[in-house]
Amino acid sequence: MSIVTKVSRRDFLKAGAGLTLAVSIPSVFANNKLKAGGPGLAGSAVEAGNFAPNAFVTIGSDNTVTVISKHLEMGQGVYTGLATLVAEELDADWSTVKVEGAGASTKHYNNLFWGAQGTGGSTAIANSFEQMRTAGATARAMLVNAAAAQWKVPAREITVSNSVVSHAKSNRKATFGELAEAASEQTVPGEVNLKDPKDFKLIGKTAPRKDSTAKTNGTAMFTQDMKLPGMLVAVVAHPPKFGGTVKNVDDKAARAIAGVSDVVTIPSGVAVLATNYWTAKKGRDALNIEWDLSTAYKGSSEQIAVDYTKLLGKRGTVVRQDGDTESQFARSERTFESDYHFPFLAHASMEPLNCLIKLDRDSAEVWNGEQMQTADQAAVAGVLGLDPEKVKLNMLYAGGSFGRRANPQADYLVETAHIVKAIGGKAPVKLVWSREDDMKGGYYRPVYAHRLRAALGKNGLPVAWENRIVGQSIAKGSPFEGFLVKDGVDATSVEGSSNLPYQIPNMLVDLHTTNEQVRVPIQWWRAVGSTHTAYATEVFVDELAVQAKQDPVKYRATLLTRHPRHAGVLKLVAEKAGWNKPLAPAGDGAKRGRGIAVHESFNSFVAQVVEVTVQKDRNFKVDRVVCAVDCGVVVNPDVVKAQMEGGIGFALAAALTGEITLKDGEVQQSNYHDYPVLRINEMPKVEVHMVQSGEKPTGVGEPGVPPLAPALANALFNATGKRIRKLPIGEQLKA
Amino acid sequence: MVDFVLNGKAVSVNVDGDTPLLWVLRDDLDMTGTKFGCGMGLCGACTAHVDGEPVRSCSTPVSTVAGKKVSTIEAMQNDKVGSAVQAAWQKLDVVQCGYCQSGQIMSATALLASNPKPTDDDIDAAMAGNVCRCATYVRIRAAIHEAAKTLA
Repeated sequence: MSIVTKVSRRDFLKAGAGLTLAVSIPSVFANNKLKAGGPGLAGSAVEAGNFAPNAFVTIGSDNTVTVISKHLEMGQGVYTGLATLVAEELDADWSTVKVEGAGASTKHYNNLFWGAQGTGGSTAIANSFEQMRTAGATARAMLVNAAAAQWKVPAREITVSNSVVSHAKSNRKATFGELAEAASEQTVPGEVNLKDPKDFKLIGKTAPRKDSTAKTNGTAMFTQDMKLPGMLVAVVAHPPKFGGTVKNVDDKAARAIAGVSDVVTIPSGVAVLATNYWTAKKGRDALNIEWDLSTAYKGSSEQIAVDYTKLLGKRGTVVRQDGDTESQFARSERTFESDYHFPFLAHASMEPLNCLIKLDRDSAEVWNGEQMQTADQAAVAGVLGLDPEKVKLNMLYAGGSFGRRANPQADYLVETAHIVKAIGGKAPVKLVWSREDDMKGGYYRPVYAHRLRAALGKNGLPVAWENRIVGQSIAKGSPFEGFLVKDGVDATSVEGSSNLPYQIPNMLVDLHTTNEQVRVPIQWWRAVGSTHTAYATEVFVDELAVQAKQDPVKYRATLLTRHPRHAGVLKLVAEKAGWNKPLAPAGDGAKRGRGIAVHESFNSFVAQVVEVTVQKDRNFKVDRVVCAVDCGVVVNPDVVKAQMEGGIGFALAAALTGEITLKDGEVQQSNYHDYPVLRINEMPKVEVHMVQSGEKPTGVGEPGVPPLAPALANALFNATGKRIRKLPIGEQLKA
Repeated sequence: MVDFVLNGKAVSVNVDGDTPLLWVLRDDLDMTGTKFGCGMGLCGACTAHVDGEPVRSCSTPVSTVAGKKVSTIEAMQNDKVGSAVQAAWQKLDVVQCGYCQSGQIMSATALLASNPKPTDDDIDAAMAGNVCRCATYVRIRAAIHEAAKTLA
């Protein structure tokens, strides 16, 4: 049930707008447990006030429909998706619809799945589907009522199409713009009817993206592009190891550089401020800093792998227990075991991290690719000694995020706040991280290790399955702990393993959480837990199918008879990939191979078939990826397709070469030369197929990622007989 | 002082000659469409044209463009090839986060200016220096073919 209130034009920032509506829906989902990994907030702890009255839709007298997006546009197409929902119910002309980012407001803009404002966990469309349609339908009803009153005709005889309100009998028409003023005087209807899906004109069709033009002519505004009068740019020297602190700074040479205005020590390092980036960077390079590394983390990736392998031999905290695996293993003659290892991964978004803050006497304003409003507002306010509602947030486009801008500690916002505070707010400060700062700055996808064990029955199907997981908890020690960690288990560490859909009578999933011993800052990374659980489970089930001498598709299908949506995408992808036909052979002694994987994440179901060609010298190329996705109602098919294409490319980069390593506590990678990412010549052909569904829409930003790496590993096995049990694949085929 | 022609207009900037062209464009000349991605010429987000050739402006000292013609994404709407590339990008909805796309378009425009009918291999060769973390590569390839078609 929605409660719609009219926002007076006086209250609304854009004066002159004709009709402005705020729709608030009681947060019925707020206490629901988040099913799949994504940030959630611990209610009152981060409850923040409202800064300004806001709305979801404004209709101007110039006919422009402005949709306010409460979610960050970081490439996933959410501006287009949310606008589609409003425009559908409003019957608006798509070409007149534009989108603006919302400010911070727990009153209007909470993510309805979290009870706080933020974007993540592939929830944007899912939590907004009804809310934004209601906003559109309410505005439409008020426009219709205004026309009915003016024309003295019954509202039910009025139709709306393409931003024009019409009454056929009296042959009268008016545009939204002409009616906007009168519509704003109408009573807000208590309840509105949403369209029957069969009447959808935009949902399920492909409306062009709303951000294409600005992002192709250089005018799209990213944080990096923001400038304020008198603004200073800050570049920070961070300690070479995590947990290091500043002992002593010699800043004489830095201060001597023309244009350097300040050098300040802050908790995370030493900041050099200058009138522009290049000068600030020169200033930082000229610093001579003595670090105190006595309590810094000095571990290495090699040692972490050794320690995690030891833990794989010990029972951890039990996450799921069905039946009795031990007695099955004792009894079975066909048992199999494999370990899988996963590295730290950097997000490496194209826009290195940055943030702009202007501090005034008793308030502050932030510009940022803003992903976690409620938590960020509280964190910045905490540093600046302000009430959260005194911190205004401006949400700009983010040049990628993949989770990084949803930092539980609001790390780079807090860093900016410390700098602007250290200079007493004398100038607005834009923090700019270099690529090296970004790569070495931590908050990686954690290292994980998995041990999978299975006992096969006479028919070759597993009768027992054990999955032990070792790794750092992302939520532990963060504001999200209360929401995501239950009985010592971080849901994001085990998602994808703990809810394994395969019907196996005896199952045990257990977890070791290693935050005490590995003190590397970690964070969610596109698809979170499923980035490793999908690999471990989908490669292992492939290993079992091979042992059972059964076709990998049929083997999975047999275990999925009670999971029709998993089975549905599996069947669809196998059909579309031509699974039952042999692959075309490669010439010149090269081998071809094909692999499959299916995985549910964020309540969406994706299956992929990967085809590879492996040359005689064991170099290989991914030729083609066929993808089937079931995300419920498809709001915008082309955006879904784009997210699958992009998710596949993003996952492929990580599978091939993605790896952050530590030696004596120091990150060994620094830029795209030693942390290679996917380039166009490595991008396979991608075909995306969508399941026609009437189920509630679910996310697509992340679910395209998890199946790719296991499907690729299964394809490489199919071609060469070599099992890849450690990511990235790197040169392992040649070993 | 370094003098050059930016998007058809003479400009004169008072900066150290070793300052990368990227930062002169962004910080001194307010041309923020050209992006900072890596600072080492590895990602292509900073691609601009100098006398029609694509260069990585993050590792091009401004002194080296003295007296030359520099073009950025902001001028592509007035460029026959550039505007066709932009139109193709919009038609196929190539962009996702969009941060790399100025550089992609500048590289694609330079490719089509010298090779009006590129093959997939030509595209891979010309565009491999431009990273897109959203992996919009399938559409970049298709949009370059589309632009080639409209220009033919």
